[in-house]
This record gives sequence, structure tokens and C-alpha cells, in this order.
Amino acid sequence: MMGSHNHSVEDHPLSAPPHQMENLLLHDDHGVGGDETKSFSTNYRSAMSTLSESHHPLSPPIVAAPAESDPLRSPPHLHFPDSPNPNTSSSYIDPPSYAEAVFAPYDGETNGVDPPSPPLSLSRSPSSSAEYLNITVSNPVKEQETSNSIVPGSNSYVTYLITTRTNIPEFGANSDFGVRRRFRDVVTLSDRLAEAYRGFFIPPRPDKSVVESQVMQKQEFVEQRRVALEKYLRRLAAHPVIRKSDELRVFLQVEGRLPLPATTDVASRVLDGAAKLPRQLMGESVLAPHEVVQPARGGRDLLRLFKELRQSVANDWGGSRPSVVEEDKEFLEKKERIHELEQQINGASQQAESLVKAQQDMGETMGELGLAFIKLTKFENEEAVSNTQRIRAADMKGVATAAVKASRLFRELNAQTVKHLQDTLHEYLGLMLAVHSAFSDRSSALLTVQTLLSELSSLQSRAEKLEAASSKIFGADKTRVRKLEELQETIRVTEDAKNVAIREYERIKENNRSELERLDKERQADFLNMLKGFVVNQVGYAEKIANVWTKVVEDTRGYVDEST
Amino acid sequence: IWQTNFPEYQGPEKIVIRRYSDFVWLRDRLFEKNKGIFIPPLPEKSAVEKFRFSAEFIEMRRQALDIFVNRIASHHELQQSEDLRLFLQAEEETMERLRSHETGIFKKKPSDLMQIFKDVQSKVSDAVLGKEKPVEETDPEYEKMKHYIFELENHLAEAQKHAYRLVKRHRELGQSLSDFGKAVKLLGASEGDALGKAFSELGIKSEILSAKLQKEAHQLLMNFEEPLKDYVRAVQSIKATIAERANAFRRQCELAETMKLKEINLDKLMLIRSDKVAEAEQEYKEAKSEQATKTFETIVKLMNEEMGRFQEQKTLDMGIAFHEFAKGQARLANGIADAWRSLLPKLEACSSS
Repeated sequence: MMGSHNHSVEDHPLSAPPHQMENLLLHDDHGVGGDETKSFSTNYRSAMSTLSESHHPLSPPIVAAPAESDPLRSPPHLHFPDSPNPNTSSSYIDPPSYAEAVFAPYDGETNGVDPPSPPLSLSRSPSSSAEYLNITVSNPVKEQETSNSIVPGSNSYVTYLITTRTNIPEFGANSDFGVRRRFRDVVTLSDRLAEAYRGFFIPPRPDKSVVESQVMQKQEFVEQRRVALEKYLRRLAAHPVIRKSDELRVFLQVEGRLPLPATTDVASRVLDGAAKLPRQLMGESVLAPHEVVQPARGGRDLLRLFKELRQSVANDWGGSRPSVVEEDKEFLEKKERIHELEQQINGASQQAESLVKAQQDMGETMGELGLAFIKLTKFENEEAVSNTQRIRAADMKGVATAAVKASRLFRELNAQTVKHLQDTLHEYLGLMLAVHSAFSDRSSALLTVQTLLSELSSLQSRAEKLEAASSKIFGADKTRVRKLEELQETIRVTEDAKNVAIREYERIKENNRSELERLDKERQADFLNMLKGFVVNQVGYAEKIANVWTKVVEDTRGYVDEST
Repeated sequence: IWQTNFPEYQGPEKIVIRRYSDFVWLRDRLFEKNKGIFIPPLPEKSAVEKFRFSAEFIEMRRQALDIFVNRIASHHELQQSEDLRLFLQAEEETMERLRSHETGIFKKKPSDLMQIFKDVQSKVSDAVLGKEKPVEETDPEYEKMKHYIFELENHLAEAQKHAYRLVKRHRELGQSLSDFGKAVKLLGASEGDALGKAFSELGIKSEILSAKLQKEAHQLLMNFEEPLKDYVRAVQSIKATIAERANAFRRQCELAETMKLKEINLDKLMLIRSDKVAEAEQEYKEAKSEQATKTFETIVKLMNEEMGRFQEQKTLDMGIAFHEFAKGQARLANGIADAWRSLLPKLEACSSS
């Protein structure tokens, strides 16, 4: 089913590849009460897959209860109004059923569990249809540093259990495995990915936050970090290129120490660089081609850093333009647009926050009003001397009950709004960071090329001068000849380096381009989802609230007729 | 710039212009002359200068004053009051004169002044004689009623406070929806085509809903919060009547004591055949004819009737207020649902394109 309808299903706001149905069974095991994140994802996924089932235009469209129904909820009714099928579209004409039915996909909160880490609300589905990579982070445990430190016992850290479920062939026969990792390992993973995948929009990793871990309650901090880690890893798994990377695979699968080269801190890198510097200055500094693939900034080569810095200054202030510049007009336009987009997402995110707060306040005050009336009702009933007091108390109770119900509905609505609106916008703000670093990969690669080019040209002019000088003096000076040979050797190596640098630059450019394309497409889908989710929610809850009050209107109708 | 109102009088229509202080005059006079009757409450003076002239405040006040006059006019005893007739018919200059006569201590007639003096005197003598507590009724039913009134005020005040906050919340939600709509429109501007249009539609709907919320906030204020406030004021007016009753009761007790003293005196004089007997007899007769007892009994009777009427009236008033409240909320919720629902076909169109 999915093959032929892949396109339409993907564009479907809540579509999910059917393989996710399999996860339902497995997730349901944990669904009841225990793991908060899983139970929520169960709800969400069960809803999503129910939807994908019901979307088949030929199948009866009305109610689709998944075979594995969520133990935390009564069977979800799905009545998603979008196919041209006349039956489903009746939900437009029939508001009450809408209110009843529509909630299932968005109703993951009614079981009262407040999920700290909802799954991505984004519509990412991998292009190859049947592959999945599901990651869960759980079970934080405090462990001791085994290596000897000066102060014994001072180095304790937390490890997290990272369980993966996948059918991607690269992971081997194993479809279900887990490892323990500490946060430092995550930093390593993130750095290695940044090196290997320059130009890609790599999701940013959670912050190190050295200070916060002292300030906050240990428990709270660990939980927040666990949630952040899970989000991060899931985002990595959703990226079509990175999910296949060796770095990620090794991180997820290989037990024991993480077999990725650890990131050294900035200080020791600088020290190493400083140690190399004298040697570089004495002899001709040669930039090995393979080094060119990484930016100068994060590396150990201080001399190269200086050269590139000089080049960038020359670019900005020098009279002559470097021979290779960012010419891709399309890119520059896109960059502008991305920048604008980022600003607007920011703005929208802020307003979404204040909208959420206003809804929250409304719900709270409505609830307080209801409670005040309930107290009044009780009071009147207790002190009733006349019958009219009892009647009034009854009326009041009706209003109070309605107000309390409405209050609860507002709060539920709000939780959903946060999920749809805020979470999506926040995801994209995070994505903007990834975009920025991908763009800066590009500009630093360009800088490397420019630097090498100008170095090459200055080397070449030196060689020319040397040749010209030696040709004038008959009987070549031995040292001069040697110098010329050395120079030419340097030129050759630098040529190689330049070629590698240019290739790298082009590669990054291509990565940028394909990522931008992916971003555009996914953003369209994600934003559309966001809007739909938001709107459907608002409609549904507004209908419910209207029903609550309509009843009171009916009950009190007598007063208005009497007095007119 | 004065706050004015234009009441009409039954029969030949007459329109007069009245200030807020005219209403205060009417209320005070009715209160003085109709002890025991719950005088309809007036809206408060506004302490904040700036607020006094806002359109909303003036409308709230106008509504309350309108209700005030109509209540008096429909009360079978109060409607016969001469003061009411004056209020409704007199020229503005007349009102001004009447108003200025009533200010401060000059409001009281000489006999009232005497009474005040006596009250003070008795309080002092009580204190001197060690009778700290003023004399109070001990009727258990009345006690219950007093307790009810005092408690009721507390509960109502709390409900009214939340109602007022709810109005504010409506306004805040309206404002944030409007801001949200603008931000969403901007976001849509940088997207293209269908998605961009969807965003801008969303923004437009948000702004429409924002306006609806502001409107509903106003309705809520006038048709729900104000009636609740009116209820609170009515209870406070009852408390004033309760105070009057307490005064009347005390005077009645004093009168009884005075009479007893005079009777003793008279008997004494009669015994010794004093020529002061005639004088004393006269005094005794005077004391007997004093109104204090009658006044008190009238108040008691009136209060009972009024309580019944009050409860009935309030059930009706609140019934209407609840109805309007629920109607407004339902109207708002339906409006919200309709507005958002109208977006859905467009959103659907986006995803299929």
C-alpha cells in the first residue's frame, strides 16, 4: 500500500510509514505508566499509523481502531477530514462528530501523563520506504571514573542507556541493541560528525552547561539532559545522510569505549600548534593536502590559521579581489531568505509563547471563577431559608460546573498548542543553527582555497624571480639551484593541496545545495502540519467548550423569556 | 464635566439631566425616610480621576444608574416617595439647591441632631457604667439572617473578583492573538505560494478572532461582572439597613428604660403629692408616645418582607446574568470554531498541491 501511495501519504500531515506500526506493539509494553516518553510516543505513533491506515482511499474511511490499541486510552476514533472521499469530508458539515472524533491524533495528553520528550512532530520520513531507526535514551546511572585522578572519587559522571531498534542493513543482523554512553561521548560524536559532514545541516547537540549541573538539582538536570539527548539522537536518525554514517552507527552499536577519536580541548590544540610553529617557520611550511579538508580554525596548525586570517583580512580590506569568490547568486539569495526566515520564525515563536500563556491564564481564571461559584452554591444551599435560594443555587451550580469543565478544556487545548505550534517552531530555530554552521563550513572552505591560491601565486612569483636571477649568472650557484628545486617541490605540493581544497569546497557547496532543497521541501510539509494541527485542535476544543456552555444557555433560558 | 443621566417619568414623558451626586442625594433621602427597606445600591464613586471619563466606565455607571432608578420606581413603597418625584421632575436649578442643602451636618433635622447627641451620651454612660457592649437583639432567626448576609458578601466579592479577572483575560487573549496573527503573516510573506497564503489566512483569522474576543470581553463586563457587582452592592445596602435596625433597637431599649425611670419618678411624686406631678405626667405621656418602638417594629416587619423580595429578585437577576454569560461564552467558542474551521479546506488544498 505504501509504495504506490507514498507521495500522498508523505504529504499527509500525520502520515507515517507503516513500519512504525510494528513499534506500537513493542512500545506498548512500556506504555503503561512506566516510561513517560515511550507512552507518549505510543499514543502519537498509534494515532499516526491509524491515520495512515485510514487514509487509503479505497478502505472504509470512518473509524479505524488500530489492532494494538493504546492501553492508556479508549479506542481512538479517527475521522480525519482530508480525502476526497465523501464520507470523511462529512466531518466538515457535521461539527459535533468533529469535536468527538478529531482528538485522537492530538489527544495524547488526556491520560494525564505530561511527556517530557515528545517524538518529532515533523513529517520526516526517510526516502527509502521501509527503513527505520528508533532510538530511546533512558536509565541514567552514576558511575565512577576508573582512571586515577589526583583527588580520588571526584570524577563521577552519568551514563545513559541508549537503545536502538532498526532494520537498516548497515547495522548488521542486529535489529535491537543498546549501549551505555556518557555525555562526553555525545560531544565526541557531534564533533566527528561536524568534521565528516561539512556543509550538511547537522542538528546541534545539547549544551554542555557546566554551570547548570551544579546549580540545578541533580535529578532535574539529569532528566532534562536525558530528554535533550533523546531529541538530539532522534534528529540525527531522521537526517537522511547522517543516519547512515559510520560515526552514528558506531556510537549506537559498539559497546564499551567509544571507538571514535576523542576531541581534544582547545588549550592542548593550541599548545600543539605552538610547538609546531618554530619548525614551520624555519623550513618551508607545507600544507599537507589531507589537512586541507578541515578548517584551519579548529586545528593545530597555527601558521595556517595566521595565513588564512591574513587572507580574510585581505579579502575584506585589500584592493584586489581573490580569484575565487562566492559567485553562486542563487546561493546568496537563498542565504538572504534563510536569514529572513529565521527572524520570522523567531517572531512567531515568541508570539506563540505569549499566546500559550494567555490561553493558560484564561483557563486558570475560568477555573477559579467556577470554584468561587461552587463555594457560593454550597453556601446558599446550607443557609437556604427560602426555595428561591435553592433554585438559585442550582443555577449557579450549572454555571460553576460549566466553568470548571471549560477551564480543563482550555488547559488541554494549551498543551496541544504547545506541541504543535511551539515545538515545531523551536525545532526550526534549532535547525537554523545547523544551517548557520553549514554555511560557515562553506565560507571557511572558500577561505582555505583563497589562501592557497594566493600562496601559490606568491610561491610561483618567487620561483620566477629565482629562475630569472639564476639564468643571468652563468654557472648556476649550487645553493640557488637547490633552493629552486625545493621551491618547485613546495609549489607542487601546494598545487595538490589547492586542488584538494577546491574539491572540498565544491563538495561542501553541493551539500549545501542539496540540504537547502531538503529543507525547503520538509519545511513546507512541517509547517503545513503545524498549521493543520493547530487549527484542528482549536476547532475541536472550541466546539467542546461551546457545547458545555450551550447546555447552560438552555437551562437558564427560562429567565430571559420571563423578563422580556 | 459632570456625569449625567436622562431618566424618564411615567405618564407624560419628561427628560431631565441629572448628575451622579443627584442620585446620591436621592439615595440618602430615601434611606433616611424608609428605614427597613433595602434601598437599591448605587455604583461607586471612582477614586481614580483618569478612569472617570473613560467610555467604558461611563457606560457601566449609566447602566447601574438606570437600574437604580427603575428599581425605585417599581418598588411599591419607594415609588410613592416625594423625593423620587422631585428627582424625576425638578428643574436642574432646583436639584442644585436641594443638593447643597443636604451636605454634611445640615442634612440632619434638629431632632436628628438631638438623637445623635443622645446616642453619644448613652454610649459614654455605658462606657462609664462598665456596660461595654451595646444592646443587641437576640432573635435567633435574625442572627442567622445577619450571618448569612455577612458571609454572602464575602463569597460574592470573591466571585466578582474572578469575573473581573476573566474579563481581563479575554482582553489579554485577544491581544496576544492579534500579535500572533501579525507574526504569522510575516512568516507567510517569506514563504511562497500555497503555504504562504495559508499562513496569511491564519494570520487574518487570528486578527478576526482577536476582535471577537475584545467584543466578548465587553459583553462579559456589562452582562455578567456588573450584575455580580450589583449583587455585592445590594448586600452592602442590606448591611446598612441592618445597622439602622440595630440603632432602632437600641433606641427602643433606651426608651423603655427612660419610661421606666419616668414611671418610677411619677409614682414617687404622686406618693409625696408633689406639685411636680403634672409636669412628670406630661413627660411620661411624651415618652410613651415616642416613636422609637414603632420605628423598630416597622423596620422588623419591612425587613422580613424585603428579604423575601430580595431573594426572589436576585434569583431572577442572576438567572439572567448566567444566561447571558453562558450565551456569550457559547457564542465566542462557536465563533472561534467557525473561523478556524473555515481554514481547513484551504490547508487541505495546500497539502494536495
